Amino acid sequence: MKQYFSLLFIGTKSLLVGLGVTFRALLSPAVTVHYPRQKIAITPNFRGHTLLVKDRSTGRHRCIACMMCERNCPSNCITVVGEKPEGATKKALTAYSLDFTRCSLCGICVECCPTQALDFSDEYELAAFSREAYHYNLLEQVEKTA
Amino acid sequence: MGTTILLPPELLRMVFTAVVVIALVFLNSLILGYVERKLAGRFQLRPGPMEVGPHGILQLMADAVKLLGKQFIIPQAANSPLFRLAPLLAFVPVGASFIVVPLSQKLQVRDLDVGLVFIVAVMALNMVATLIAGWASNNKYSLFGAMRSVAQSVAYEIPLLLSLVAVVLMTHTFNMQEIVLSQDNIWHVVQQPVAFLIYFIAGMAETHRAPFDLPEAESELTAGFHTEFSGIRFSFFFLAEYTNMFFVGSIAVVLFLGGWHGPQLPFMDYSAAVWFLLKVYSLLLVMIWVRWTFPRVRFDQLLNFCWKYLTPIALVNLLVTAVVVKL
Amino acid sequence: MTTNPDNQQQSFFLNMGPQHPSTHGVLRVLLEMDGEYVRDAEPVIGYGHRMQEKLGESRTWKGFMPYSARLDYVGALPCSHGFIGLIERMTGIEAPPRAEYIRVITSELNRIASHLLWLGAFLLDLGAFTPIMYTFDDREQVLDILEDVTGSRLTYCYFRVGGVSRDIDEPFVEKTRAFIQRLRSRFKLYDDLVTGNIIFIKRVQDIVQFTPDMAMRYGVTGPILRSTGIRYDIRKNEPYSVYPEFDFEIPVGETGDCLEVYRVRLREMEQSLRIIEQALDRLPQGPVLAKTPRQLKLPQGDASFAVETARGELSYYLISDGGETPYRLKIRTPSFSNLSPLSELCRNVLLSDLVMVLGTLDLVIPEIDR
Repeated sequence: MKQYFSLLFIGTKSLLVGLGVTFRALLSPAVTVHYPRQKIAITPNFRGHTLLVKDRSTGRHRCIACMMCERNCPSNCITVVGEKPEGATKKALTAYSLDFTRCSLCGICVECCPTQALDFSDEYELAAFSREAYHYNLLEQVEKTA
Repeated sequence: MGTTILLPPELLRMVFTAVVVIALVFLNSLILGYVERKLAGRFQLRPGPMEVGPHGILQLMADAVKLLGKQFIIPQAANSPLFRLAPLLAFVPVGASFIVVPLSQKLQVRDLDVGLVFIVAVMALNMVATLIAGWASNNKYSLFGAMRSVAQSVAYEIPLLLSLVAVVLMTHTFNMQEIVLSQDNIWHVVQQPVAFLIYFIAGMAETHRAPFDLPEAESELTAGFHTEFSGIRFSFFFLAEYTNMFFVGSIAVVLFLGGWHGPQLPFMDYSAAVWFLLKVYSLLLVMIWVRWTFPRVRFDQLLNFCWKYLTPIALVNLLVTAVVVKL
Repeated sequence: MTTNPDNQQQSFFLNMGPQHPSTHGVLRVLLEMDGEYVRDAEPVIGYGHRMQEKLGESRTWKGFMPYSARLDYVGALPCSHGFIGLIERMTGIEAPPRAEYIRVITSELNRIASHLLWLGAFLLDLGAFTPIMYTFDDREQVLDILEDVTGSRLTYCYFRVGGVSRDIDEPFVEKTRAFIQRLRSRFKLYDDLVTGNIIFIKRVQDIVQFTPDMAMRYGVTGPILRSTGIRYDIRKNEPYSVYPEFDFEIPVGETGDCLEVYRVRLREMEQSLRIIEQALDRLPQGPVLAKTPRQLKLPQGDASFAVETARGELSYYLISDGGETPYRLKIRTPSFSNLSPLSELCRNVLLSDLVMVLGTLDLVIPEIDR
């Protein structure tokens, strides 16, 4: 009988304590942001899809078409095409495509690049109607950027 | 005046009442649905619906339109007539209960002498709808929900009625208006705090609100008895739930919290409805608060709690009341 | 029902899953029910199979590196730690001390994030909708910290053979210390809202019993094993990385019921905070990535490496024939072993209890199927 009432008392008390916790939450401000209208600053270290970096001094990308990234990519999502123009000694990049649907964002390509030609973008809002929208042409992208 | 002339106004009155009642049912569900989602958001440190209309007040309208546009799906193995009947059956008692709710001294459809008995009886019909819904779906999860619902309702009806009878013993009437009038000086909650608490807990169980939401128990039974219902049929259950909440609140206010009594307002005969609604919605806010705080109880614990705690305490309370009233 | 001699007729089968709110993914449990009582529960797995082991065989070790984080996506860093540790053991490369400290700090942060997610999801299984939002509030802090250093929020590819890919900085240390303070103050809230709650206690206490014997037979590890009173944790029993340098306890329980598992997990979070605090205090200076040969091939032979993830013991066993790709990569995942005793545990419990037990096991379904 004693246990019966003590359980009733302890139980009621614990429930009231729980109600107190949620009541305090009711009075405290919301912790979420109203996403499409409000955005939080994204960390500069964020890893989005990879980009060809524009070299400030030359105004061009730094890729030498050495194929290191293509060979090291665990997901085989990078295709680099380089050709030797007539009379030149070095290969020049003619196409750099990234199949982002297969990329696992490991960052190995960025690390193994001998000329630091690659970097991560801060693009995180990704939505499209077709897979092809994620077949990025990085060379075209870098040439378009100012 | 002959009877032939009297009939049309009576008919008009019926139609008018029906329209108002159905409008009230929808309006109440819209308000409660919005308030519940908004409060749930605030309890969880998020803003709740924000997109449709200022602060999301039109969210429920948008949801209603969405539900109207959905396809009715009747599972092949379901018992089709019963499956179609169940949502209506959930909805009908809800409209009927409105007849005796005294919003104010004059705002009441019918002042029945057995008003209290009527509303409790009609509300209990909801259980039948749940049972039929679960049975007709021919889905094991739905059936679990239905069975739980019946057991739960049958068990909780007892402490619920016992706590109401305690008040009736004091007022000597089942008439809702007279019960309210008897609280002119002092609300019954002061004289009957235990009965009020028991009624409130049992009422939550009756309306299947968390922590007693076993017939729906999302994490166990996916959606319980309304798993197979879609579109407007689903929304009937939704309407029924919120309207039932309103009635549970109404009965509590009429019996324990002084009904429409409150500070004097102009046109008190009608405007007292403000006090009535205010009290009802405050009670419903507490129900929402409880729902968003606690885990769900288990089925046997639910029944144990009813038979071991609520029913004996309600009986003792009734006994004490009877003795005190007799003295 | 007991009066009916032909009890077989009374029971029926209920498919729980592969789509069910409380199987947390694509687990299917085939239940033999008698009314609401579960007579037998047979887990049916394979709905989330991604051929992780085969992937390990068809790719170079470097190619498998990102996949190791996809084993257990809730606590990815300890999984990566295991795979990187394995490669380092095989090739004899050693990470600099600063890198090892960073690995421990981030792994422990990840463990906390995993436990917080479990806490919320477990209570969701019990029908409490609000606590998961509070735990997510805390977990977001961890994810923000980890995102800042690793660049991603869930499936990190941060550890490298010979170190880590990016050094931590002063803001990271400050944010982590602030988080430690914050989480310590939040335990009171969880105690008030959950631990003391009478409904919660009645739902989880003494429903099913994990026994040391059962745990040993099924190879159950992690907090569930420790809740039965067996003090077994890879971080202490088979130490790796710099764990021996820290002073921390392995929380063990006594009774082995679900409430004890819950308590053990909460105490583990506190211990993880202790480890992180010590590691931040003693963080050595120096490089974070050792010089490694550009083309690192695995030598012929085999090796294994075990780590303690948030769920228990995760071990890799790799056989190399000296070729480009490993000959065989065997992954032992904790969720698989932890799920195994389900059938024995859940005899004659209610359906609600089964849901609660599934929640207690803290399953990550792709990890079971790998």
